[in-house]
Amino acid sequence: MRFDQRHLLGIEPLRPDEITTILDLAEQYVTLSRRREKHSSALAGLTQINMFFENSTRTQASFEIAGKRLGADVMNMSMQASSIKKGETLIDTALTLNAMHPDLLVVRHPHSGAVDLLAQKVNCAVLNAGDGRHEHPTQALLDALTIRRAKGRLHRLNIAICGDIAHSRVARSNILLLHKMENRIRLVGPTTLVPPVLKDFGVEIYEDMREGLADADVVMMLRLQKERMDGGFIPSEREYYHRFGLDAEKLSVAKPDAIVMHPGPMNRGVEIDGTLADDINRSVIQEQVEMGVAVRMACMDLLARNLRARPTELSA
Amino acid sequence: MTATLITNARLVDPEAGSIRPGAVLLKDGLIAELFETPFPEAIDATRIDADEAFLAPGIIDIGVKVGEPGERHKESYKSAGLAAAAGGVTTMVTRPDTAQPIDTPEVLEFIKDRAKDDALVNVLPMAALTKGRLGREMTEIGFLLDAGAVAFTDCDHVCTDTKVLSRAMSYARSLGALVLCHPQEPGLSQGAAATSGKFATLRGLPTVSPMAERMGLDRDLALVEMTGVRYHADQITTARALPPLERARANGLDVTAGTSMHHLTLNDMDVADYRTFFKVKPPLRCEDDRQATVEALRSGLIDIIGSFHTPQDEESKRLPFEEAASGAVGLETMLPVLLRLYHSGELDLPTLFRALSLNPAKRLGLDSGRMARSAPADLVLFDPDKPFVLDRFKLQSKSKNTPFDSARLQGKVLATFVAGKPVYRS
Repeated sequence: MRFDQRHLLGIEPLRPDEITTILDLAEQYVTLSRRREKHSSALAGLTQINMFFENSTRTQASFEIAGKRLGADVMNMSMQASSIKKGETLIDTALTLNAMHPDLLVVRHPHSGAVDLLAQKVNCAVLNAGDGRHEHPTQALLDALTIRRAKGRLHRLNIAICGDIAHSRVARSNILLLHKMENRIRLVGPTTLVPPVLKDFGVEIYEDMREGLADADVVMMLRLQKERMDGGFIPSEREYYHRFGLDAEKLSVAKPDAIVMHPGPMNRGVEIDGTLADDINRSVIQEQVEMGVAVRMACMDLLARNLRARPTELSA
Repeated sequence: MTATLITNARLVDPEAGSIRPGAVLLKDGLIAELFETPFPEAIDATRIDADEAFLAPGIIDIGVKVGEPGERHKESYKSAGLAAAAGGVTTMVTRPDTAQPIDTPEVLEFIKDRAKDDALVNVLPMAALTKGRLGREMTEIGFLLDAGAVAFTDCDHVCTDTKVLSRAMSYARSLGALVLCHPQEPGLSQGAAATSGKFATLRGLPTVSPMAERMGLDRDLALVEMTGVRYHADQITTARALPPLERARANGLDVTAGTSMHHLTLNDMDVADYRTFFKVKPPLRCEDDRQATVEALRSGLIDIIGSFHTPQDEESKRLPFEEAASGAVGLETMLPVLLRLYHSGELDLPTLFRALSLNPAKRLGLDSGRMARSAPADLVLFDPDKPFVLDRFKLQSKSKNTPFDSARLQGKVLATFVAGKPVYRS
């Protein structure tokens, strides 16, 4: 069991065995989280700062709970309301925070690559909680854990990822992870939202839900990212729902035991039928949220182990 | 004025397409005499032994940005001149996209004075084609020509109002003025930070299709056909834009095209982990496009190479990739960087200097750019084989935003002469 990363900036730098390491440890934290007494001391004495430059409720809460369950001192900073508004640059903000000696920095930012940039400027471990359209590694890891638990394996599965791929960091991280673990990936959506160049990443692309979902083991729906669209990607939500919204009828071509996933928050009646989303026999959406906490605990635990193994760096 | 004799040189002649050993006598600011023999005798002149280094016509760099007026902390005429001299650039053709655009004869006079006082090399200013580079009203093209503008351009602000552009072109044609455009369909390229492709998709960057360049060029060429203006496309960087360019030439339109040192030597993969010093405009292209651009340069379809020297301070670049400013400095690095193409066998030296010196001079109606008797003695002496590792903090430019920091390069400028006088000696 090895994990050689200093930061968790994306799925791209991870080896398959590192992914397995994270998921195996996360299993233990699923068990811990289901107990009445949920505390561990893996992060005791460490300071975790959550910096969210973009609105988030669920991811921020998930990281906060994960940190607290492991005994870290957790602080949340809503960067939208802070010094950024006063004109401070990202790097200055990073240096300011760095001077307070955090150990784990959880960052979400609206621009691709911003978290990488920040990681170059600080001494602590940085976790990417989503940067622009680039990556959202903990989401892909929690999806992987959910799939592994539901299907008993994380390889040789037919996995359909549907909807707004173009604007989705969740899709990018998932494609990278599921590809590394040797699955068959299909992307399904209108051509305006599924860049054809993704073919080069070893995925299949479908513009028809019934073709794309045929024999799928996993159907992963993505949220239509209205806030990232500068107009004109789809004609209307109702036409989108008609062609690409997941309902029982479209799902009927998938394998009978196919699971339905969604990273949330859902637009019911736009990309997914509300009844289907609530169907406990098909939908694992609530389980995904639960796995989110466990996976984030595992990631922070592993990064903290590497952190503690390094000699303390004295900044000048 | 004393004469200078450069002996024992290898003379790069872009007109003849040859390299030959010889010597050059510089007198009264001109090339007074060319000798076939490396060591001519009995001439009263200061002798410089080139030791078999290469002597070529000095580079004429179309599209240099200097920070005056308004952003002198990024680049002044003095620092730009030093950088140019160190890079073998003997004439800087400056861009009007300064903080205050160069769109009136008064501003043009101001920067001419600044250049005359401070710059070590020749400076020829370009002026804006429309007021404020806003694409609404044409500038005083006549007055600006009288004041010394050598060409008119709104730089990377593409004029979206075709009627305004057609009138400006028409008016420019009546005065014989040269118009430079940035071929790009602005609707498609809006907000883009990278060229669409595998790499940008992986990095999650907002992209522009390379087709946007062809669409912009197609429109411009239609307007050239309509107005008959003398037209130069500032940067052609994609394979798709080449056929329309070729057709326009075949149809006899007065059209030339340039490209940038960066697009000839880098591709989109070089951005790697969001390295903002590699963010240029238009964005770096895929390797196929780079090769097609080099090929078009070799064949002569693309006429001119420029550095598109764009100084940016650290603050403008130390930002997430999407937010970071575009552009790179290039005056000092252009020759060593382009020599990569010589060492890789993609371009020979006469072809390189045809694009760096001869063609820009021709396009601007200058006498320079030639290795010939009575041409201005603007020359660069260089050793194409000398290796070095580039340290951006040693550049003369006030701004250090080069993508070639720490790059291993081969080829150094040994001396630069402007009007027969050495302005740089290494």
